[in-house]
Parts: sequence; structure tokens; C-alpha cells
Amino acid sequence: MRKIKEFFIEKLILICGLASIFFVVLIFLFLLKEGLSVFITVSPFKFLFGKSWYPISEPAQLGILPLIMGSLLVTLGAAVISVPIGVGCAIYIAEVAPLKLKEILKASIELLVAIPSVVLGFIGMVTLVPLIKNVFHLPTGLTALSGSIMLAFMAMPTIVSIAEDALYSVPKNYKEGALALGATRWQMIWRVMLPAASSGIVAAIMLGIGRVIGETMAVMMITGNSAVLPKSILVPVRTLTATIAAEMGEAVVGSEHYFALFSIGIVLFIISFAINVTADLFLHKRQ
Amino acid sequence: MAVLSLTTQVFAAKNEFSLQVKGSDTMVNLGQAWAEKYMEKYPADLIAVTGGGSGTGLSSLISGSCDIAMSSRDIKEKEIALAKGKGINPYEIKAALDGLAVIVHPSNPIDKLTVSQLSDIFIGKITNWKELGGKDEKIVILSREVNSGTHVYFKEHVLRKNDPNSKEEFMPEALMLSSSQAIADEVASNPAAIGYYGMGYISSKQKAVAIAKDQNSEYIKPVIENVISGKYPISRPLFLYTNGAPIGLVKKFIDFTLSKEGQEIVLATDFVPVVK
Repeated sequence: MRKIKEFFIEKLILICGLASIFFVVLIFLFLLKEGLSVFITVSPFKFLFGKSWYPISEPAQLGILPLIMGSLLVTLGAAVISVPIGVGCAIYIAEVAPLKLKEILKASIELLVAIPSVVLGFIGMVTLVPLIKNVFHLPTGLTALSGSIMLAFMAMPTIVSIAEDALYSVPKNYKEGALALGATRWQMIWRVMLPAASSGIVAAIMLGIGRVIGETMAVMMITGNSAVLPKSILVPVRTLTATIAAEMGEAVVGSEHYFALFSIGIVLFIISFAINVTADLFLHKRQ
Repeated sequence: MAVLSLTTQVFAAKNEFSLQVKGSDTMVNLGQAWAEKYMEKYPADLIAVTGGGSGTGLSSLISGSCDIAMSSRDIKEKEIALAKGKGINPYEIKAALDGLAVIVHPSNPIDKLTVSQLSDIFIGKITNWKELGGKDEKIVILSREVNSGTHVYFKEHVLRKNDPNSKEEFMPEALMLSSSQAIADEVASNPAAIGYYGMGYISSKQKAVAIAKDQNSEYIKPVIENVISGKYPISRPLFLYTNGAPIGLVKKFIDFTLSKEGQEIVLATDFVPVVK
């Protein structure tokens, strides 16, 4: 009896495990099937490097370079803001903070994850957007920078918790050795802890960035969504994710526009897949 | 999303006294007002109204997940072909008229424009308010997203001035906002902005500009009398689409919207009645 029970439970778990892989494969195949159809009418080169995105015109112009650049710019901006703060915060929590403060800090950073992105977007729209408009004397505050700042908040919890983990798992004797050799605390952190935890920290950064590039709602609300090649971070941009979200409702099923949106999905998939694989490589290097 | 529409579909199929009405954001308030009054009158029936854009409504009608699509633009050839392919036969009912208001910040000295000036602004030929006699400030152009019937109408009738061969587009720098309310909010807070929305959204926080067909015509304010008389140059019909000529509950609801009572609701929600 016990054996039968064991057997069933084992198989059930096996099915659960396989199901998730099965679904991922199905999703990917569906993306490919729908997305590749667009290349019947538009060459992949024109699709990826075309500079105009007018999907509902006759004939439609389906160039996603402005969208790719928009996504990359917002992500880059978010990384520039969130990486130093996130890593700094992780160092403070792991090495400097007293135990009690450490617990409070960790809990509050994890709380950041719990804020839904639409709420962040809304807060950004009413506080950050007017602020940026006034500070930089811009015609509008709906810019890539606004998106970057809001998304930095979303990347931070991921970066902090994984980087803190990496720092924590550096063997104690490295630290003790450094201190015993007369290093100051800062020298110990900078010369010993950070290099030893570097692969984990890089993984943390990559996962944080992965989160940013896939984010949709907050970005759509505060970046202005104009499909132009951005010349600076202080202009409106349109991201890949916002384009899919904003236009999927209109796209007539089976039209060129519809397939183009799926192709954007493939591009996004490839970008975040690459980011996750890089993060994974670094994580394994550490172990 | 797919799961959601699937469940509503199941619900709709289960209850023969329920209707799904979906589409144009411009018409959502009107649709809801119709539904409320209608359900007061016939408490046994259930009408659910959702927005999402004209395109969203029409594609739901085509995929069979709604009974009535609200649209602020004509159905496209492509959509008709697609519907026919799925055994759906779109049937058009003109249910109201809407004037499109062009709006600026109340502090903006500009209070009248011609259609060709509007076109030049939105395609990016005129980029500074100075060129129109306003302040020396870059014009910030606000537009709806491409899933909006208002976007399509404005492009065809203002940017392209009704010329089917015209290739004019919104300038790429135009900000694409996802709702009429977002445009209203941005115009209210940005002295350099210009945007457009259905007349129903006009409030004291934005200034609606008077519009003339051309330089020699009279400048007309977007108010209901001017739309009824046909003087206001940018007004458009609002449609309801059904699968085939309406029957049963769909007919009962459509008849209600076209009745005197229904058209009074049209007027009460700041649109313009079609049936007098």
C-alpha cells in the first residue's frame, strides 16, 4: 500500500515537473508560428532595422528599431541607477549594518517587490513626471528617464537580495584573513569580498535587468510611447513591451500587424532569454 | 487575457438574458448609461459594457466573444473579410454623433485654428506655438494609441483632410496616450500641449479650440448645436455593430438605444442624437 502511494506521488510530481517545460515549449512554438509569418511580407532586416512604426497605415510600415532602442535606453538608464544603489545596499546589509537594522532593511526591500507595477506607474505619473518636466525644463515629463527611475525601483529588490546572498556566502576565513593581515574594513570589502562574490553580483544585476526589460505597465504609463529613435534620455520613447500591450487589442487576428506584434514578442523573448542565460552562467561559475 | 475573455464567453453563452457590449473608449460612458437605464426598465436582462477601443470591440465581435461592438469608426474591409471567414456578418447601426474637440491648456492664447493648420501641427510641419502667434514654446503633440477609433478618424479626416491618397502620418515624436482621460490630464497640466478627444470630455481644465474648414470659413466651437447643424468640421458618426440584423435581446437593446429615451441619454452624455 505504501509503495503504491509512493509510486503515485512520485509520478504526479514528475508530471508537474514535465508540464512546466511542456508549457514553455508550447508557448515558444506558438510565438514562432505566429511571429515568423510577418517575414512573408517584411524582410527580417527591414523589420529589425526599419525606423518607422506605422502598423495600421496602408501599406503598414513595420520597423521596430525605435522600439528596440527605446527598450534598451530605458533598461540602461534603470541599470545605471539601480546597480550602484542596489549593490551598495547589499554591501551595507551584508557587512556593515547592525543585526537589527539588517532585518528591517531586508524586510522593507522585499516589500518593494510587493508593489504592483501599475501602482508604481501611477505614482510616477503624478509625482515624477511633473518633477522631471520642471527640473530639466522639458516640453513634457513623459520621458525615458522617468521610466528608468521608476523601473530602477523594480530592479532594486532583485539586485539587493541576490547580491546580498552572494556576499553572505563568501567563506568567513577570507574575511578574517584580510582583517588579520591588517586591512581596513573598506579594503576588506573592496579588495576581498567584492571580487570573491563578483559572479553572484553580476548574476544579481542581470536578473534585475531581466525584470526591467520585460516590464510593461509602468513603462507604458510614463514614457510617452512615441516611436522615434531616441537622441537623449530626456525624450519620450516607446518600448517593445508597451507596443504589444497597447496594440494587441486593435490588431485584427491574422493581419500583418498581429504577426508583427508576435515577432516583437520573439525579439523580447530572445533578449530576456540571453539575459537569463548570462545570469545562470555566472551563478554556476560561483558554485 | 485569453482566459478572461474565455470565461466571459462562457458566461454569455450560459445566460440568454445577458449581452456583452464592447469597444470604443469614446462610447463607454454612453454604453454604460444606456445599459443602466435599460436594466432599470427590464431588470431581467443583463448588459455588460466594456471598453478597450473600437478595434478591440470589432475583433471581439469577429471572434464571437461579444454580441454588440461599439465603434467610433467604420468597420474596415479587412475586418469584414475576416468576419465573413468566421461566419459573422457585421451589421452597422448608426447610434449617435460625436464632435472631436481639439484642446489646449487654458493659458494658451491660441483659441482658433483651421483644419490645415491642425494638420500641419500634428504631422510636424509647425513645431512651435510662435508660428501660430502664440508663445515661443515647442508644441507637445498628444495622440491616442492606434487601437483608438478617435486616432484613426483624426488621421483620416484632419491629418489627411479626407484625401484617401494622402500618406500623412502623426509625427513620430507625438506622445501616444492610452486613454482620452490621459490626454485630458496631460493637457490640463502642460501649457505647451495640444490634443484631441470626444466632446464629452470637455471640462474647464482644458480649452477647446474653435475650428474652421479653411481660411475663409467661420471658426466654429465644438458644441452640440454646431454638430447637429453640421457646421462643426470634425464630427463623426458612432456605430453599433451586430452579427447580422439584430434579433431577440440584441434587437431589444438596439431599439432602446434608438428610441426617444435612448437618444435623450445620448444628449445627456454630451454626444449628439441621430434620430430626431
